[in-house]
Amino acid sequence: MKKQAKFGIGISVIVVAMGFLAWLGYGESKTYYHTIAELQTLQGSARAQRMRLGGTVAPGSIRKLSGRVDFVLEGEGKKLPVSYIGSDPLPDTFADKAQALVEGRPAEDGRFVADHVQAKCASKYEAAPGGDTAPSSTQRSSM
Amino acid sequence: MDVFGSFALLLALVCGVYAFAGGIAAIITRHPLLVKSTRQAGMATCVLVFIGTFSLEYLFFTDNFASAYVVSHSNKDLSTFYKIAALWSGMEGSLLFWSFILSIYVLSVLIAYRNKNGELMPYVGVVMAGVQTFFLLLNNFVESPFKSLAAPGANGIMNLVARSDGNGLNPLLQYPEMVIHPPNLYSGYTGFTIPFAFALGALLARYPGEKWIHLTRKWAMIAWMFQSMGIMLGAHWAYAVLGWGGYWGWDPVENASLLPWLTGTAFLHSVMMQEKRGMMKVWNVWLVFCTFMLCILGTFLTRSGVVSSVHAFAQSNIGPWFVGFISLTFLTCLVAYLKNRDYLKSENQLDSVISRESSFLFNNLLFLVACIAVLSGTLFPVFSEWFTGDRISVGAPFFNKVDIPIGLLILFLTGVGPLLAWRKTSPDSLKRNFGWPLAFAAVCATVAFALGFRKPYSLICLYLCLFVAATIVLEFYRGATVIRARSGASYPACVIDLTMRNTRRYGGYIIHMGMVFVFVGLSGAAFNKDVQKGMRFGESMHIGPYTLVLQTSDTKPNPNYTAQRMVVEVLRDNQPMMILNPEKRHFLTAKEENGTMVAIYSTLKEDLYVVFAGDDPETNLPVIHAFLNPLVKWIWFGGVLVVFGTLTALMPNRRAVLVLAGTTQPAAAHPAAQPLPSSVSLREGHD
Repeated sequence: MKKQAKFGIGISVIVVAMGFLAWLGYGESKTYYHTIAELQTLQGSARAQRMRLGGTVAPGSIRKLSGRVDFVLEGEGKKLPVSYIGSDPLPDTFADKAQALVEGRPAEDGRFVADHVQAKCASKYEAAPGGDTAPSSTQRSSM
Repeated sequence: MDVFGSFALLLALVCGVYAFAGGIAAIITRHPLLVKSTRQAGMATCVLVFIGTFSLEYLFFTDNFASAYVVSHSNKDLSTFYKIAALWSGMEGSLLFWSFILSIYVLSVLIAYRNKNGELMPYVGVVMAGVQTFFLLLNNFVESPFKSLAAPGANGIMNLVARSDGNGLNPLLQYPEMVIHPPNLYSGYTGFTIPFAFALGALLARYPGEKWIHLTRKWAMIAWMFQSMGIMLGAHWAYAVLGWGGYWGWDPVENASLLPWLTGTAFLHSVMMQEKRGMMKVWNVWLVFCTFMLCILGTFLTRSGVVSSVHAFAQSNIGPWFVGFISLTFLTCLVAYLKNRDYLKSENQLDSVISRESSFLFNNLLFLVACIAVLSGTLFPVFSEWFTGDRISVGAPFFNKVDIPIGLLILFLTGVGPLLAWRKTSPDSLKRNFGWPLAFAAVCATVAFALGFRKPYSLICLYLCLFVAATIVLEFYRGATVIRARSGASYPACVIDLTMRNTRRYGGYIIHMGMVFVFVGLSGAAFNKDVQKGMRFGESMHIGPYTLVLQTSDTKPNPNYTAQRMVVEVLRDNQPMMILNPEKRHFLTAKEENGTMVAIYSTLKEDLYVVFAGDDPETNLPVIHAFLNPLVKWIWFGGVLVVFGTLTALMPNRRAVLVLAGTTQPAAAHPAAQPLPSSVSLREGHD
């Protein structure tokens, strides 16, 4: 066999194998970004997808129960009840009026069941230019 | 001082523009005075950036709470150590810090080569000045760190106001690593500007030969070393501060720092193909170009919040600037390449599948595929929104699926590649070089399997680690034996002597060994365990061989925060071992933020990682979250070894001339008895 052909086969085996693995990983972990308002308009299979929603934690809505934390996420004038069932502790920045990103799936009863919560603390002080409020995260890698 | 500083930055921009535009004029007219003046303008730019940066730091040290940036990122009680770090804790300061570190590099290059490479340096100077000008534009007009606080007065005119205390530094950043992690990472990001400037300069100047590669190799290695350290320190910071028990989350900003590292690593390997065989010239030039663009992209991702992340700063208006700059850079590179591509003709062809060339080829392919996978995964939300209208993100499973197999293949090549001969490798040498390591690794892996080490990827990883480590040790052993046969010194002395004679090659082996340790540590992640429990005082929990007993809790006062500290006694086999103190810190500044301090007991076998996860609101009991993470310490140790290896490889060879005379002599005297020495001395100088 010609050398070029050997290299060609080697290279394509690697590229195809990695492409296939990437496709598998994509199917396993793809998460749709939606707003709270959009969620209420989603129909059928689109509602069953894994998704990520952003909003503000409604003041006074955080209820810590055994095994889960309930709170209400607000955005664009809409409200969404959320139950966080992840095993990681909620980030230090998670509090009333904090901006939060939740990842999970909507449940039958209209609640949103999240397994990851990221939070960015509310800017209580006046908006300084470029204020950094690095959100911390409960996201955990599987590496 | 704020006016002084902003004036210094403005003047720096003026000098930078002159160095850029004047430099182009100097290249066209070749007027020696113009060449000299633009070089000096380049130096002046750097000095002015230094002055600007020190002015901002001065504002921090003097608690100047009339400055908007200082108010947002510092407070009176912040310790001096963190006042230094506060400089790069926000958008404006970190962009200024980028310019600052870039200026250190640029000034070093301008001074080091001021009387050398006269044909090439004006081009290099123009490229460097171009990059500096871009960042100085941001520093001056888009994200100026020298803004003052102002409030509208009674007559409607804005008046300057000063605040009595600042808002404080983000608690997540109040950790020693955070003081050294960003400077390292920035030194990596900015450092790749120098190889980029030389590559583009050499292409534009059609500078003959491989000289630019020799000139930039050390700069590329320095940048690579800082990038590696930055990534390691960042991982360690995430591990020790964020309290989720891991060190790598495939977060966009983590990925952003990995991307140029991947292409930079590929570059450091493929330059050898060009040096030794005159091949892959186009590839190398584009690898440098891509590495630089990925550095800019990394800075952009970190600073713009395009992809949401743990570190990304708030949405800002620098996005279009960066997109514009990356596009402009890409166009410049493309035009330069198309105009001068005949200059990059390859001198040789691949000869055999089992050869050094082919191992480099596959090494590069794998690094590139890894880079593309990480890049596409990171930018997936952006692209999916463009193409389908839906914003879709991919998570850790995507990255792990692709990058773990690639990592293992690269690990395999790490062991095989350096021992293959150029052009073609004989079956005999394959057997000699790989026979023992393969057998050794197989035996050890079988033992590990029997002992219960049975996750497939971890077992493969362990096997490859043992194999690679064995080949490296064998290389050192063979080389040291040759030297020992002549000098009679002890083995350790011979190993040091051997390393110093060919620092690049043996430094490279040390780096490879460091990566082996990192992989050993990564393979442990498959065996992580964790337990979480709300605990009464006196109650205990079990994890692995340890028993944790919550004794009591106390508070630790500090001017900057109050800490609630848990006193956790650790027992092993019912014998008391030590007390761990995980704590929560409540910061007393205007933002009223909390911080978590993890308590870690680290051994080579495993880390016991204990987090105080706050109080359970229902029962009011403190929640203790304990993790048992095997082998994590190996990662940090591997990182140290990588840095040590890079420093070794940066050192000049000792007695280069004597090496050739010395090693050929015994080989000639006993040609039959010592076949190995000759092979060692023949391979001298490769790496």
